[in-house]
Amino acid sequence: MAVSVRIRRQLPTSPWLFAAPGLLVTGAFVLYPFVSTLVNSFTDRRTLLPGRFVGLANFRELLHDDMFWTGLRNSTLYIAGVVPALVVLPLLLALLVQKNIPGITFFRSAFYTPVVASIVVVGLIWVWLLDERGLVNSLLETIGIGRVGFLSDQWLLLLSAMAVTVWKGLGYYMVIYLAALANVPRELHEAASVDGAGPVRRFFSVTVPAVRSTMVLVAALSSVAAFKVFSEVYLMAGPTGGPAGEDTTLVMLVQRTGTGLTGRVGYASALSVVVFAVTVALMLLVLRADRRDES
Amino acid sequence: MSALDVRQRVRPEPPGTARREPRVTDEHGRRVRAGELAWRYLLLLAVLALTVGPFLWQLSTSLRGPTEDIYHSPPSFLPARPTLHNYTRVADTIPVWDYALNSLKVATANIVTNCVGSALAGYALARLRFPGRRVTTLVFVLAMLVPVEGIVIAQFTTMRELGLNNTLIGVVLPGAVGAMNVLLMRNAFRGLPYEIEEAAYVDGADVWQRFLRIALPSVKGTLAVVAIFAFMGAWDDFLWPLIVLSDPSKFTLTIGLNYLHGTFADDERLVAAGTVIAVAPLIALFACLQRYFFRGVGEGAVKG
Repeated sequence: MAVSVRIRRQLPTSPWLFAAPGLLVTGAFVLYPFVSTLVNSFTDRRTLLPGRFVGLANFRELLHDDMFWTGLRNSTLYIAGVVPALVVLPLLLALLVQKNIPGITFFRSAFYTPVVASIVVVGLIWVWLLDERGLVNSLLETIGIGRVGFLSDQWLLLLSAMAVTVWKGLGYYMVIYLAALANVPRELHEAASVDGAGPVRRFFSVTVPAVRSTMVLVAALSSVAAFKVFSEVYLMAGPTGGPAGEDTTLVMLVQRTGTGLTGRVGYASALSVVVFAVTVALMLLVLRADRRDES
Repeated sequence: MSALDVRQRVRPEPPGTARREPRVTDEHGRRVRAGELAWRYLLLLAVLALTVGPFLWQLSTSLRGPTEDIYHSPPSFLPARPTLHNYTRVADTIPVWDYALNSLKVATANIVTNCVGSALAGYALARLRFPGRRVTTLVFVLAMLVPVEGIVIAQFTTMRELGLNNTLIGVVLPGAVGAMNVLLMRNAFRGLPYEIEEAAYVDGADVWQRFLRIALPSVKGTLAVVAIFAFMGAWDDFLWPLIVLSDPSKFTLTIGLNYLHGTFADDERLVAAGTVIAVAPLIALFACLQRYFFRGVGEGAVKG
């Protein structure tokens, strides 16, 4: 009876009216571009010229493009540099702000501020801090280490950009860990204390196993984000990617190749397909690691 | 809460052990030792200096006059004679208030389209029966998994085909109804008890009335999360506006800042003033609505 009432009060078209705006936007600006990226990757399309089908020519060109390998190297290094720090440091930070001592809500919010700020603002703040004459170098000189060219050396630049990514992400993952820590039963810690385990021992044998699945989640989220890094490196190394373009990341290469009036849409699409493939592979890899750990 | 917790909470203090030090307790109502408290605050202050310090340094730089040495070693943390001179200079160099207005327009539009679009679609997925509902849900899940960075070039050519590149509408459209927001709203609607809506059918309410009068007011919290993340996402976005906007008069704040930095990189006071203008509104918003910011992280992470 209830079902027939429902059907009569609901015109057959109304569910589609409800879903229409969302479906239209998603279809036109996410799914259609996704499909057209795949299609374009097999053409020599340019911004102002319609493309012809060229088979795998773009992908063959990739293999001989030094810039592609530079981009792939930097984006992969970015995962290696950023992910371990973003899995461990926010967990330690969460443990630090977990106890409800006076003023702790202030500290929690303050630690979250870099997450709220635009990546452009964050990038420019650090460009000035790490400048040859900036605050960090002034401090280093004061304590007698001397000035360091953070933004002029190819590798130091990449490392600095990674540090900025970690700095901006700390608060975000801290909040995720806080939610996970709230679910760790206190009895476990107490039992371990009674057995004579110190804080370090309890961290490794109680806390880490209890938040292990959250650590996997953080690893998945941060590795996918790290591989797609664009803004930090673009702002700190400049649009051309630092000395001789050696700090170019894969997404920077996509942006540089595919945009503007002379953009090589076909080739940039082939680069994008590589971004997809690696992103999907990363997610599958992390999920598989998770399942293996559980069994 | 276990019975053990309750017992410990109500257990009276043994007489004669009144402490002179202030009694600080943790979330379980147990006292935190003074030594531990000291090193905790020390660490907290150190992290505070690392996370908030850079913002304050930028603010301090932006307030220094043209004659003050900003490169001095050892550095001085406070401006000798604070001045707003650099802020007027930014406005003379780039149309920074127009850029702020553009950012505000984009962010406001993004809030409206995301709240309306995701509430409607979320309600359809959660409460309405129609053929193709599963496929529709799957479409949104798949869309959520597509990395934006991988499709920006195709989004750019799509915008060109529509004649919308280099317009603020073009900036808004691709993120106008985020797939993740649709799924967040769907879950919020599914979490509501069905009985109230069932009572409303019986009373003769049609689907729009049930949506607007009954379901929507009950998910205000999630809607607020969607609104805040829509605002923050639009205000902070960089890659997409960088690609779609080429006319400097249409720039949003982030693109304007990038331009300012690219052209006047040597003028640190000027760039600092620009960044403070861009970040201040969001920090103010965050200070007022922290609850929703944190809630959004939790909900987003679980679904993402």
